[in-house]
Amino acid sequence: MKDSRDDILGRIRRRLGRSAENAAAGRTAIDAVLARRAQGPRPAPDADLVARFRDRSEALASTVEIVARLEAAPAAAVRYLAAHDLPRAAVAWPQLAGLDWAGAGLRVEARSANGDDLVGITGVFCAVAETGTLVLLSGPETPAASSLLPETHIAVVPASRIVRGMEEAFDLVRAECGELPRAVNFISGPSRTGDIEQTLVLGAHGPYRVHIVLLAAE
Amino acid sequence: MHFKARAAEAAADRALQAKLGTAKGLFVEGRKRAVAEIDLEATREASKAIRNTCIADLDLWLERFESEATKRGGQVLWARDGAEICRLVTEIARRHGVRKAIKSKSMLSEEAGLNAALEAAGVQPVETDLGEYILQINDNELPSHIIAPAIHKTREEVAELFERVHHRPRKTDIGEMTREAREMLRAHFLSAEMGISGGNFLVAETGSVALVTNEGNGRMVTTLPKVHVVITGVEKVIPTLEDLATLMRILPRSATGQTISNYFSVLTGVKRPEDTDGPEHLYFILVDNGRVDLVGSDFQDMLRCIRCAACMNHCPVYQTIGGHAYGWVYPGPMGSVLTPLFVGLENAIELPHAATLCNQCGVVCPVKIPLPDLMRKLREQQVERGLRPWGERAALKLWAWLARHPGLYALAAKLGVRYLNWLAEGGDRIRVLGLAPSWTAGRDFPAPEGKTFRELYSEKRK
Ligand code: SF4
Repeated sequence: MKDSRDDILGRIRRRLGRSAENAAAGRTAIDAVLARRAQGPRPAPDADLVARFRDRSEALASTVEIVARLEAAPAAAVRYLAAHDLPRAAVAWPQLAGLDWAGAGLRVEARSANGDDLVGITGVFCAVAETGTLVLLSGPETPAASSLLPETHIAVVPASRIVRGMEEAFDLVRAECGELPRAVNFISGPSRTGDIEQTLVLGAHGPYRVHIVLLAAE
Repeated sequence: MHFKARAAEAAADRALQAKLGTAKGLFVEGRKRAVAEIDLEATREASKAIRNTCIADLDLWLERFESEATKRGGQVLWARDGAEICRLVTEIARRHGVRKAIKSKSMLSEEAGLNAALEAAGVQPVETDLGEYILQINDNELPSHIIAPAIHKTREEVAELFERVHHRPRKTDIGEMTREAREMLRAHFLSAEMGISGGNFLVAETGSVALVTNEGNGRMVTTLPKVHVVITGVEKVIPTLEDLATLMRILPRSATGQTISNYFSVLTGVKRPEDTDGPEHLYFILVDNGRVDLVGSDFQDMLRCIRCAACMNHCPVYQTIGGHAYGWVYPGPMGSVLTPLFVGLENAIELPHAATLCNQCGVVCPVKIPLPDLMRKLREQQVERGLRPWGERAALKLWAWLARHPGLYALAAKLGVRYLNWLAEGGDRIRVLGLAPSWTAGRDFPAPEGKTFRELYSEKRK
């Protein structure tokens, strides 16, 4: 019996009338498509990317607080947790371990989240203005579970990392990382479901709440 | 399959229509609002072109995807049919000592009947999409919509089911019920050794799979277990990340009326040595199961489908009968085309007729699949292969014969008109159509107004 790969590809080749010559031409065409990276039609860019990002985030049921600098992020996180009567304990990305969390009154462990952690604090790789989306890359300093398992996700977003669309986000990944990391996660608001009577409920499997601390001067 | 019987039953189910009506409002209105924000026609045209590019050279694009994915630590496997999917997945489970597999929605796993195969192999499959989970704990009921699988269930039905299966006090608030399911599933997420997902797109440029969910279960399934298996059709490949961005502008809008889905992940390769999370083993199972036969056929357009469900959300027939009547994994217009192609025209004889050909589906389809044309082609093939019932064939033969004999045709038309007028008893409506009473079971038949066209024409000429 032929193996399934040869069988499937063989039948596709026959149906497409593949020959050695047109395969070579086809591969050249593929290289060209991949090199060109043509973009599709896109909505006009907003003049103010930060305002657009904020609007869209709020439309997706995230909340946003603007502070000036990274040093102000711990206090902003505590304000949010206090206002919502949430625990003053969190896991944070190792990348953010250097901030003075304890000084703001927050007990923070710099590690990946497990199923029991209630608050996860992360940064972002960048954020997309068009849709109000956070873009997070997996990595040892930026574990993926922190934005997923806890009931509350607090994301620290520097204004300078807000880009126009998903295309710019991918460009930035290519430019700064070369290769894609294991996971590029686009997060747009709290987890949600409408599977019972099409009634929207926040907090399906992931966070119930996403709070964005926007750093205006970073 | 007995489409007619199931459809008749569903059409009489007022409660079902009420549920479908709510969903219709949400999906149809939502889509309308969301597509207004983009250049819809240009985006549909571009999306169609992206999908066509890969289908036109599918073998080469698949080879490219395979080599890019392999380079980054994924293993690419191929399955001809459902049985082969089941064999590959159970082999992988055995190799890694898997006892429990968490699943995010995969239509191909439904096509293959994978859950039963996993159970037989001693692996517990757990559906984690809330809708799929509800159906699974209700004795593996079939989904009735491709993105809202439990659309046919009321909150009371779900409340009762949860009480029975979870052994917890009954809840009726949808938020509380969702939390209860979250708590039940959380334990599974944290203990499963294998995650099984579908794939919305395969990106050739980087050998990645793109996965879209709202609940976050897709991320759990692909982040927590040590093994991740992606099961996806061979047609899902697209060229670049830019193409992905274009398609992601239209997929959530067409599906649920969202500008973007909550979670959208581009997954490439396995956990890096220094990473603290992510699977150590990544398998792609690329599946034929009838798709390859569509390449280069009259139905090649169907391979563009991105499974958004807009066609069913906008279909007046689906809105009346729901998804179960269609009898297999795929309901609505896309199912009316795919099911006969995948399971055999003779096994789904009524499906290409389960449409009014109003072309609502064709108008909303984000990749411009001419669904009514494809249904018409399937009908043609049924006639060519002599698959229609003898009564219909005989009636058409008779009509064809009459049409070739103008004198007799005129006479028959004249008699027909007289007969119908007699049935109408001088009124303008016929309440019971004598020779075909079922036609008037739920409606009246308009009576002809006076004479035949030929009679009027010859009178005018005089
Ligand atoms: S046929 Fe078109 S509208 Fe229907 S599910 Fe597929 S892509 Fe969506």
